[in-house]
Amino acid sequence: MQREKMMKKKMPYLLLGLAVLFPATAAAAPTGQALAFTCAGCHGTDGSSVGPSSPSIAGMDPEVFIDAMQGYKFDERNSTIMNRIAKGYNDEQIKSMAWFFAKQTLRLKPQKYDAEMAKLGAKLHDEYCEKCHEDGGKPGDAGTLAGQWMPYLHYTMEDFIDGRREYPRKMRRKVDAAIEAEGDRAMPALIHYYGSQH
Amino acid sequence: MTEINRRDFIRFATVAGASLGFPQLALAANPKVVVVGGGVGGCTAAKYLRKLHPQTEVTLIETKKVYQSCFMSNEVLSGDRTLDSITFDYEGLKRHGVKVVIDRVDAIEPDKKQVVTQGGETFAYDACIVSPGVDFKWDAIEGYDEKVAEVVPHAWFAGPQTTTLRNQILAMPEGGKVIIVAPPNPYKCPPGPYERAAQIAMYCKHHKPKAKILILDPKDKFSKQGLFTQGWSKLYGFGTENSMIEWVGAAGGGTVEELDPSTMTLQAEIEEFQGDVINIIPPQKAGKVAFASDLAEGDWCPVNKLTFESSKHKDVYVLGDASSAAKMPKSAYAANSQAKVAAAAIVSRFNGIEPPDPTFVNTCYSILGEEHGISVAAVYTLDKSSNTILPIKGAGGLSPMNASDQQRKREVSYAHSWFANLIDDMMM
Repeated sequence: MQREKMMKKKMPYLLLGLAVLFPATAAAAPTGQALAFTCAGCHGTDGSSVGPSSPSIAGMDPEVFIDAMQGYKFDERNSTIMNRIAKGYNDEQIKSMAWFFAKQTLRLKPQKYDAEMAKLGAKLHDEYCEKCHEDGGKPGDAGTLAGQWMPYLHYTMEDFIDGRREYPRKMRRKVDAAIEAEGDRAMPALIHYYGSQH
Repeated sequence: MTEINRRDFIRFATVAGASLGFPQLALAANPKVVVVGGGVGGCTAAKYLRKLHPQTEVTLIETKKVYQSCFMSNEVLSGDRTLDSITFDYEGLKRHGVKVVIDRVDAIEPDKKQVVTQGGETFAYDACIVSPGVDFKWDAIEGYDEKVAEVVPHAWFAGPQTTTLRNQILAMPEGGKVIIVAPPNPYKCPPGPYERAAQIAMYCKHHKPKAKILILDPKDKFSKQGLFTQGWSKLYGFGTENSMIEWVGAAGGGTVEELDPSTMTLQAEIEEFQGDVINIIPPQKAGKVAFASDLAEGDWCPVNKLTFESSKHKDVYVLGDASSAAKMPKSAYAANSQAKVAAAAIVSRFNGIEPPDPTFVNTCYSILGEEHGISVAAVYTLDKSSNTILPIKGAGGLSPMNASDQQRKREVSYAHSWFANLIDDMMM
């Protein structure tokens, strides 16, 4: 079971390897690249947003990207505009965009953050978040936190906490524990910590 | 459902393998592309041509030394941002290897496949991109012309006129009246006049609370109307006796026929209106170079929407506001999206292959108050048989009516991101 999951996780990267070796030239449907290019006006060239709030999507795990898009498409995830945009794409197109963004290098820009808060956030992250958001929240199989635009992280956490987004049980337990430990400072501290990385 | 399975893998591998058969090397070593116009369409095309096909020699010719974006220029009128904050040089494009020439092009020469500038330089091309934006129909409103526009500004190109209009609003008396004359369809930035009214109201609410903003409109409905009406009501009392904003549509006599600049009076279809500040946004057509180069039919330039190649001249591509790209609106995001389709099509031609299937997106934000943003979005596909760009059914559309304050506030923040990323994507 574990191994099967691993295989499935690796498959997109195998495909990406092929996509790099043989750029798709056959004209059938829009290529992943052509589809992904249309996102740049909000998410930055090749998915690295220059901010101040729309998230970077470069280097995202393909499955995280697909889950997000499907969530928007079926109105299972709160958004302002993405629920309207995601409905314009079929499963194949969403997959091909996922592969495109997964192979892009995430380029981060420095953000203003409070060093004290970031320090507290680092401690909270290690204790409550690192197990799933590995390596300080770098792009991985649980979304990009490290260097992500801070207002976006803030909106996302607001949505989880206020019940506008499906909250994984394990995550809720951890977030509750962090808030229990540090009160109202916990969320901003974590956001400042992620914002401090670039 | 979301996992990528083995069958997809094999299918993809087969497609990728099959593509190896294309004769990719049958192209001129360094094809030349000349881009006329340094706005969203021209800049994006130049950058993406270099990105997709680095051996392409790209020359962009633009009359002005800096680019000033029309999107977010209404926010200069409220004082929310400065003109400097929407002014950008072309250094970013140069870093992508684009040769930038500041000069004027009167007309391109499709027969000779060359562009001669006013400065006397000649540029030969394999493909020419013309992205001149809009020009005004100066004869539409009597008494209004280019000269009068220096004192009764249109401010529909960001720049000196934006500053003029801002200063006039600052200088008008406490209970002054601003009149915005909206243009007939089609024109660039469909929600622009109505966002402008809100931005001027945003300033007046704090500094001249008795001021009035009147929109005279030759149309009976307008872009994002429900959302504008709701936002104006919430923020500026629209619909009440004390409303700061008033809108008069065609049926109410909103069509303006004449301006008397000496008395600051507008003659509309039914009555006269007098204003302390008048902002006339004239009816529009494609930019001058499009007409001089025989690219227009009627007011706009017909194109093959698979490639954005002109229907009238081979190897010439017309992008953005000047093109006839129904059903996409004339917007910055649309021009950015079209430019990438054209760039990919041109590169395919250089490579001797069929152009890829196009895909387009438009997103457009309007900011009505410090914490009140709204948007419209669409994802488009090309219907090849009718050469029409169609919005995908069930997708896109407007921000919901009655959204929470929190959602409206987030849309302001995303509007700023849209601005910053669009500028970055086109020229940085």
